[in-house]
Amino acid sequence: MTAYPIVEHRYDVVVIGAGGAGLRATMGMALKGLKTACVTKVFPTRSHTVAAQGGMSAALGNMGEDDWRWHMYDTVKGSDWLGDQDAIEYMCREAMSCVLELEHQGVPFSRTEDGRIYQRSFGGMSTHFGKGTAQRTCAAADRTGHAILHTLYQQSLRHQAHFLVEYFALDLLMDEEGNCRGVLAWNLDDGSLHCLLAHTVVLATGGYGRTYFSCTSAHTCTGDGAGMAARAGLPLQDMEFIQFHPTGIYGAGCLITEGARGEGGYLSNSSGEHFMERYAPSARDLASRDVVSRAITMEVREGRGLGPEKDYVHLHLEHLDAELIEKRLPGISETARIFAGVDVIREPIPVQPTVHYNMGGVPTDLHGQVLTHAENGMRVVPGLYAIGEAACVSVHGANRLGSNSLLDLIVFGRAAAEHCAARLRPGAPHKAMPKGLLDPILEKFDKLRNASGEISTAELRREMQKIMQQNAAVFRNREILREGIEKLRRLWENMDDIKLTDRSLVWNTDLVESWELGNLLACAMVSIHSADNRTESRGAHAREDHPKRDDQDWLKHTLCWIDPESGRTRFAYRPVQLQPAEIDSIPPGKRVY
Amino acid sequence: MASQLPHKIKIGPGKTVCAADGAKHKKRFIVYRWNQDEGDTARLDTFEIPVDACGPMVLDALIYIKNRIDSTLTFRRSCREGICGSCAMNIDATNTLACIRTIQECPEEIRIYPLPHLPVIKDLVPDMTHFYAQYTSIKPWLQTHTPAPPDRERLQSPEERERLDGLYECILCACCSTSCPSYWWNEDRYLGPATLLQAYRWIVDSRDENTGERLDDLEDPFRLFRCHTIMNCTSTCPKQLNPARAIAEIKQLMVNRTL
Repeated sequence: MTAYPIVEHRYDVVVIGAGGAGLRATMGMALKGLKTACVTKVFPTRSHTVAAQGGMSAALGNMGEDDWRWHMYDTVKGSDWLGDQDAIEYMCREAMSCVLELEHQGVPFSRTEDGRIYQRSFGGMSTHFGKGTAQRTCAAADRTGHAILHTLYQQSLRHQAHFLVEYFALDLLMDEEGNCRGVLAWNLDDGSLHCLLAHTVVLATGGYGRTYFSCTSAHTCTGDGAGMAARAGLPLQDMEFIQFHPTGIYGAGCLITEGARGEGGYLSNSSGEHFMERYAPSARDLASRDVVSRAITMEVREGRGLGPEKDYVHLHLEHLDAELIEKRLPGISETARIFAGVDVIREPIPVQPTVHYNMGGVPTDLHGQVLTHAENGMRVVPGLYAIGEAACVSVHGANRLGSNSLLDLIVFGRAAAEHCAARLRPGAPHKAMPKGLLDPILEKFDKLRNASGEISTAELRREMQKIMQQNAAVFRNREILREGIEKLRRLWENMDDIKLTDRSLVWNTDLVESWELGNLLACAMVSIHSADNRTESRGAHAREDHPKRDDQDWLKHTLCWIDPESGRTRFAYRPVQLQPAEIDSIPPGKRVY
Repeated sequence: MASQLPHKIKIGPGKTVCAADGAKHKKRFIVYRWNQDEGDTARLDTFEIPVDACGPMVLDALIYIKNRIDSTLTFRRSCREGICGSCAMNIDATNTLACIRTIQECPEEIRIYPLPHLPVIKDLVPDMTHFYAQYTSIKPWLQTHTPAPPDRERLQSPEERERLDGLYECILCACCSTSCPSYWWNEDRYLGPATLLQAYRWIVDSRDENTGERLDDLEDPFRLFRCHTIMNCTSTCPKQLNPARAIAEIKQLMVNRTL
């Protein structure tokens, strides 16, 4: 094996990922005087938060009456009661101060006539516990993620946070007692390897949308944090819950924000019928995403889709005022023109449900501390946090509401920073690194770099993406899931036969993509096994063979481990927290929109 | 940085791969290749590919080549929808984003180079360190003296907010700066259009209270005034922004305050 020289660094905190959650955490840590490095495989403003469009929810009440308790109710109901109510309570209560903080930092929010932050309607967001329609989603036109991400990066510059840009995190350094001691990262720029020792490592690596063939996610959404956690022997939680966004552009998969329907857009089928009226008589096109995605899938199945393959529906904006579209939805107008050849002022956009968000992830508590299963309940994994889409707090349960993810990033990015600041002493000495901790990672790195099998990374990845697309779709059943498991298992074995051709160390994207594929495959396996295991329908997980929600047996979180060698999975469960800290519990009820 | 393109680079012979035998529609992609192991010789590789078998954008063609022909081909990419700014490169003699440039509107032979006048790290990946440092140098964050109201936002009228349109949308792809001849010759001292557009974004933000200091920082024969209104920045911007106008506005503000 090549001897790899290792550069050693010592930090108080290392944050992995520079999206919304990672930047908020990094900034917060730097502000508190902790020596913090943010490791990121792309320049911060290129993280996928930049593509978030519609907005960030918070009960500011700028557009009419609102209350964070209504927001909480909507989120619990949206989660199909799988969300933990203490976490949801915390998130919805912190929401207002988080949005105001962002505004104070300079986010160019759209404005109301009286100069306040503009808020739009979004799916599943109501007033008076489901009775009215809320305007709760704070928007910067339809480029809210871009506006927030750039502002957070600017604030990080202001507070002189330290970035390791285009460093790719390979694996966590876990000692024998199960404490996280740092991370091994690879600097693409010059090919060097870096051992980053830290008292705390924060996973802020985003989701794993690229397990699917068609998704709204960036090429870089490859579940790196989940992959690292799984290899560290930690469980992943609720990975069967994968959100399909109702309106991805047909074919290209690019996102068209739910804000398009929030501003008055609607869906129609081949006979021009406004079909959501049948599926959600009250909320119609603004029912929550799982409901709308299932409705579109039903329409297509029953032959009412459009196009030569009858496999998409139309999203209409052409009845809206052109000026409103220009002001509130300029970004998606551009995207629709480029990727669908459609002028939204004149014609509808062809759309289909497209993989968008992972509700599951690395289980954490309210502060972002990673949890693992212990004999009597859960215990904290010392030195490891997870936030944002990489984590499962769980505030989204079985289905996330639109505009709750930007909120999740900021609330828990901030919470993690505050919690670390309260517990860590800046500059505290590091214990000696146990010998041999790096060896297995380096061995794996070297083996993969020199892999000379028969099947290319791209082929294996395409195969995985096709399997997930086919066998873990909007509707699932045992037969299809088991078939998918079988196919993925064969693919897992084929990983031994992987072929790379780039042997270099500088900017070897062949090797990056192959390492990412390992992360993706772990996520795909855990997701499909968890989906097979959960014999009920809840939120985004719709089992045709078990069409009802089963609170008796399944009002609980899935915990799933995967063996990094064999790919075998095992399960445990943890109860859903139905009791908020201060207000009354919202008991499981019927979920109608 | 150790791993950059040497100054005196030769172009050596490249390889040609025809992967489109029998295909009805094909195009030739001529791609700039260099990595540090090849010393001072870069090459232009030609890939002929069946365009119906790959997606509609130039990025799709690059991914097709990487996935099926040559996995050593190196480029940045992420969002694939024109919002992250990763895949900025020179395509058919224009700086743009590969993910939103359609193959259809390109000629039969498409030449792809890294963004011009930046050090190259490998193939189509340029070193943007200096570009980012210039961005940082203008202090691109909200600067105020008045404390923010504790329990609400700073107020801003829709008209005040509208002045940020066409500015805040910048994705820092560097297409504009690296298309500017003034920037090519004086990149060490001239800030370039992208950074100046960002400077103007803060100057016109009604919430920012450091306009004077921001203008002072730009009052310099090089930092701002190396712009000679060549307008390449505006014609090349893949987001249809107008950096040239932003620069003109800053110059106007400079003049106004001396009157």
